[in-house]
Amino acid sequence: MFLPESTIDSVPQYANVSASANDSAIVSSCKSSFPLLVSQPKLVYFDSAATTQKPQEVIDALQDFYETANANPHRGVYALSVSATNAYAAARETVAEFLGARNEEIVFVRNATEGINLVMHSWAQQHVKQGDTILLTEMEHHSNLVPWQVVAKEKGARLDFIPLTPEGLLDMNVARSLLMKKPVLLALTHVSNVLGSINPVKQLVQLAHTVGAKVLLDACQSVAHMPVNVQEFGVDFMVFSGHKIYGPTGSGVVYIKKELHAELVPFLFGGDMIQEVHWHDSSFAAMPYLLEAGTPPVAEAVGLARAIDFVRALGWDWIQTHEQELMITCLNGLRAMPQVKILGTTTPAMRSGLIAFNLGDMHAHDVASVLDDAGVCIRSGHHCCMPLHEKLGIAASCRVSFGVYNSREDIVAFLNALTKACEVFKLEQ
Amino acid sequence: MYQEMILDYYRNPRHFGELDSPDVQHREANPLCGDIIEVQMKVKNGAVNQACFQGKGCAISQAAVSMLMEHVQGKPVSEVHAFSKEQMLDLLGIPVSYARLKCALLGFKVMKMCTCKHLGRELGEGFA
Repeated sequence: MFLPESTIDSVPQYANVSASANDSAIVSSCKSSFPLLVSQPKLVYFDSAATTQKPQEVIDALQDFYETANANPHRGVYALSVSATNAYAAARETVAEFLGARNEEIVFVRNATEGINLVMHSWAQQHVKQGDTILLTEMEHHSNLVPWQVVAKEKGARLDFIPLTPEGLLDMNVARSLLMKKPVLLALTHVSNVLGSINPVKQLVQLAHTVGAKVLLDACQSVAHMPVNVQEFGVDFMVFSGHKIYGPTGSGVVYIKKELHAELVPFLFGGDMIQEVHWHDSSFAAMPYLLEAGTPPVAEAVGLARAIDFVRALGWDWIQTHEQELMITCLNGLRAMPQVKILGTTTPAMRSGLIAFNLGDMHAHDVASVLDDAGVCIRSGHHCCMPLHEKLGIAASCRVSFGVYNSREDIVAFLNALTKACEVFKLEQ
Repeated sequence: MYQEMILDYYRNPRHFGELDSPDVQHREANPLCGDIIEVQMKVKNGAVNQACFQGKGCAISQAAVSMLMEHVQGKPVSEVHAFSKEQMLDLLGIPVSYARLKCALLGFKVMKMCTCKHLGRELGEGFA
């Protein structure tokens, strides 16, 4: 178990009191952009790590696309089809610019899971050979574990895992020695969806590249909360789900470094990904179309681009300060409750705005049910990280995760509901 | 939902443990929550001579299966097999929200699998 050892009170870098009044005004204006939260003002939504709520402008972007620009892109010569094509291309440009990538390095998919499966089929199946090693970490989501189990079994490769320190961070000493074994691929998450740990991606990429390993980054839990720049990190592949960054479901992104494009094979075959088709043979389109078979999710891509605009308008400075402040307030509140066991590090600078915990001897689902009665939405279960929970010796955990719309009042409501849960479960105060 | 009785069954489960050479046993997990329940049964003259369970999970799932174990002791296997979902929920005696139905019925499903195995019957529909 990861027990809070270090004190978080000594790291006040983000808990800027003077920022709070201003912060509160921005939060309330921010919250008013989310129709679901406006129509349910008492709801405390603390499950943004699973999916975020959607701002009005993203909802409008979807509607606007269907009302003004809907046609099948890349097909028609008529003006409306050109509008759809342009809208789709503009969405790709927005995503590329946001990540520091080139347009042709951005592939639209449904979600991060599909993105990792795409990398598995389009690159790994061709490049992982018998006896090779794929290096993962002990904090991966099932979506960045199960595809690699399949590749390893098919190819006769092995999986290694960078272990965790007792604090819930990657053990960098072991990481170095595992990288010395020259894995063909390092696939890791930027931020753990259970522990909240922020991984030293840049450092790991440098180490991986010195031994010739490619690196896939799962940015699902970071992309809405901190800058993710593929050039700065130097990653080879990167994936995220649009619905976790205030965008629509069914919008996901895969970044593939241009230098690797010649090594790729198509993931899905059919329309839109071809150059020429004959009865018995076909040639394929260039990137990114090579990996986008069929009519793409145009409205979703447009919605995602609008969500990125929304995030950029708020700015990383405000988002990071706000979410760190929420996280620190919440950590302090949880640490004041003796029945609460927090998972992961309590050093704020090392963690993102999500906190997993357990309450006394109660199962996470029981806790979540009682909190639900108070209108507080938290996640409970293994959060698609069963091996990690097994390693921690627990079946499940509760998790709160923050978005730009959350306020200090939400934290107070949550902590009150948790105190009530202690009473309901007759846990010693 | 969390009446004293439920918490009592959760913290002090009845018929929790393992049988020597059970006549029938079955184990199921709920992958959503990680709940696991195994039921073992000894049958004598067509009736449940002994039944017990092992497992881990939420208060609802553990209390429900513990109550079920108490309920089936000594009853004919055919009667236990005919025990319905509705009867199980009545036995539990608390309102269960839709999201928690699977928790409430996991032990019931495992028990049903045991009686199916013993009677050589199929589980039937409605047990996703």
